[in-house]
This record gives sequence, C-alpha cells and structure tokens, in this order.
Amino acid sequence: MKIAIASGKGGTGKTTIATNLAYIADGSGRKVQYLDCDVEEPNGHIFLKPKIKKTRAVTVDAPEVDLKKCTGCGKCGEICQYSAIVHLADNNVLTFEQLCHSCGGCLRVCPADAIKPKPLNIGDIESGTAGDIEFVQGRLRLGSIRTVSLIKEVKKHIKRDSLAIIDVPPGTSCPVVEAVKGADFVLLVTEPTPFGLNDLKLTVGLVRALHLPFAVVINRYGIGNEDAEKYCKAESVEIALKLPDDRRIARKILSIEEGASKEALKKAYRRAAFRYHPDHNPNDSDADKKFVLVNCAYELLAEDKPCEKLLEEIKSWPNFPEDDKYKLDNLWGHFLWWREKFFD
Amino acid sequence: MKIAVTSTGKTVDSQVDPRFGRAAYFIIVDTETMDFSAIENNNVAAAGGAGISSAKAVIDAGAGTVLTGNCGPNAQRTLGAAGVKLYTGVTGTVSEAVQLFKSNKLAEAAGPNVQSHFGAGN
Repeated sequence: MKIAIASGKGGTGKTTIATNLAYIADGSGRKVQYLDCDVEEPNGHIFLKPKIKKTRAVTVDAPEVDLKKCTGCGKCGEICQYSAIVHLADNNVLTFEQLCHSCGGCLRVCPADAIKPKPLNIGDIESGTAGDIEFVQGRLRLGSIRTVSLIKEVKKHIKRDSLAIIDVPPGTSCPVVEAVKGADFVLLVTEPTPFGLNDLKLTVGLVRALHLPFAVVINRYGIGNEDAEKYCKAESVEIALKLPDDRRIARKILSIEEGASKEALKKAYRRAAFRYHPDHNPNDSDADKKFVLVNCAYELLAEDKPCEKLLEEIKSWPNFPEDDKYKLDNLWGHFLWWREKFFD
Repeated sequence: MKIAVTSTGKTVDSQVDPRFGRAAYFIIVDTETMDFSAIENNNVAAAGGAGISSAKAVIDAGAGTVLTGNCGPNAQRTLGAAGVKLYTGVTGTVSEAVQLFKSNKLAEAAGPNVQSHFGAGN
C-alpha cells in the first residue's frame, strides 16, 4: 500500500501529516516506510530523527564528446531539446551537462560514434531507520535539475509488504507527477486560505488526470475562510480530515497571551496545574479531566506539538455531544468540547 | 563587420533589451553600411537553456560581436567558444549602442555579469 501526501501550496503541512501518519501507522504494528521524495528540500528527518545507515550517490548519463572523432555534422545539437549539447561550427561542440536530461538522443544520432555517456552525480539517497520505521530520503545535489530522476531512485526502495508513506514535493510539476505516480491513494493537504484553495484546485486537476484516488486534508482549519470546504463539496471531493488551528484553545486554558515567553508559559502552567489539580479540588468530580486538559494545552504550547497520548485519553471520555461543531476530527473535536465545557 | 544587439523591437530605434537569452529580438547590424535585419528570438519563454540557444542563433547569423545588457555564464561560454566578443551593460537605443561601439567607448566583458536564469523572470 502506497500513500502519497501531496499539496499544491508549500507549507500546508505535508511533512507534518506524512511523518505523523508514519509514526501512528508504525504504532499499529504494521511494517512502515517513510520516503521523502521532496528531494530538493527533504525535511521529514527533522521530525522522525532517523539513524542514517547508508548513503548512496546517484548518477545519470551525460554526453562526453570525442572531438577527434567528431565530423561536425551538427546532428547532436539538433536533437537536443535542452541545449545540453550545442554544435557551433566544424567540430566545435559544447556540452552543458547540468542541462542534460539523459535521453540518449545525441549518442544515437552521432554517425561517428564520437559521443559516449559519462556518469554525472545528481544527489544522494540516504536510508536508515526511525524506530521501526524504514526511512529513505533523496537529497538532490545543489544546482542539479534532475529532481525526477532522483525521485525515481527513492521510489525504488518501496517494498510491497510495507505501508509506504510518500512525502511529495509541493507544486504540480514533473517532480510531483513522478512522486505520486503509482500511489494507491493520495492525500492532498491544503489550508483554508485563497492561496491554499488556488493550489488545491490545481492539484485536484493533476490527480484526476492521473486517475488516482484521493481525499483532502484541511490543515490549520479555522483560519482563512470556508471556500476550500465549499469547493470540495461542489466537486464531490472527500475531506478526510480537518485539523484545527488549535493554539488559541491551548492558550485559553492556561490564560496566557500569544507570544508569551517560555518562563511566562511555565508560570501559567504551574498556576493552572495547581488550581485544577485533583488534590486541590476534592469536591469536583471533573477535576482529573481538567488537569489532563491543562497538561495537554501546556504540552502543545511548550513543545510546539500536540501530545497524542493525552488527546487519546481525552477521546476516551464519555458524554461527547453529536454536534457538528465538535466533529473537526475525532481527537481535536473532543479537546475543543471539553475545553469549552470546563474553561469558558 | 556584423554585430548583434539585443533589442526590445525590430528596428535600430528600439531600446536595447537588457536580457541576452530572453531578448525579444536580435538586431544584426553591418557596422560599415549600417544595414540591419531583425531576428525574432524563439527562446523568450524557453524553460531553460535560453542563453545557449540564443548564442547559437547569433553565431549562426554570422555576428562576431554581441552588445547587450546582461549575459549569463552559459551564453557567455557558448559565445566565447565561437570567438564572439561580448559587451555587457549596454543601454539606450540599438543605434546609439552601435555608435558607442564604433567609437570604441564600450569595454569588452571579462565574463558573465549575471547568473543563469537572471532574465527568466522568476
């Protein structure tokens, strides 16, 4: 099973979703691979912190001309669509290997057999493990344009018996097509802003053209506007998940302002933890729940990431309402509801 | 002697195009007679390699000198390989540029004066 995590716009949270998906799937006991195909800027390693065990250089073929054999016919320059080989006069032939796409055209049309392939290093593939997750990432060499070739090499590491999470580069151009190609499912991450929507539309067009099954994740839900949701509805596109922009909730529990210092945050946490601690509230049957919510809010603000364990606990609490407002997704909807119940 | 000037239009009264690879036109001027012809540049919207293709077009047109605003490394290397002299930083109209060149008031470029993709607008 191959799941590609893509987005038109950059910075919507592709890598956040992809690495979390890999992390959670790993916890479910199956074999998981995380493949960072955003080879121009691989950043999944920041979150998964893998131990890299192997680094392999990837090379492609570029032309090398033996000017002694060259007859000056100019056919190599004519066939090249990328100006990677250019014939000026007689046997004056220049090559620009960084522009070569390795089509092999010049090698084939040369009547004098004067052109030979020579290896050109385009980047590295680094592989290792992050816990039980098999980690693979491509790292394109600075200045190289061979993004697609390197992505192909990264994807060769996909194992059939694994759940492969593919972190796709942003945009809708060739590297994206290569990265999503052959996926069993594509998750399109967007944010509810005009920029997010514009690029979501482009990406939906792309995955439809490739006949790939897909669904949308709206990240930072609650900011911007509702146009992304409306678009999905109009186009009958499934929204798999809405992840709310949730810092406000956490800040409210701790009664702290945006941009507060670390010390102020710690102070606010201690104050709230003291106030809501079950030992100090023996008559409040909900004191333990309030205490968990306080801890959850602090983890989020201090670590800059939600604590899944605490959220899971919140989710297990009974008496959750069937109101649409709280169905943002299973975890955060619960958090939101309990927060409003106890702290507003 | 034939020289090529990058131009925004089809005549010698047009402004010099500051870009080499993605110039709108190349005006090929005969410095003795001041006869000229305009070559439309097919590489204006090329994804890459515009400088190289443009250099090839100028070389094929028989120009021994190029006057332009900016020129990147690939185009410079191509022109240099064919022995074409390069002058960058040229402004004004095409005919003004040719007059400056004829009166030896331009200095030959020692190398590319901008990076690749400078004129690609991104």
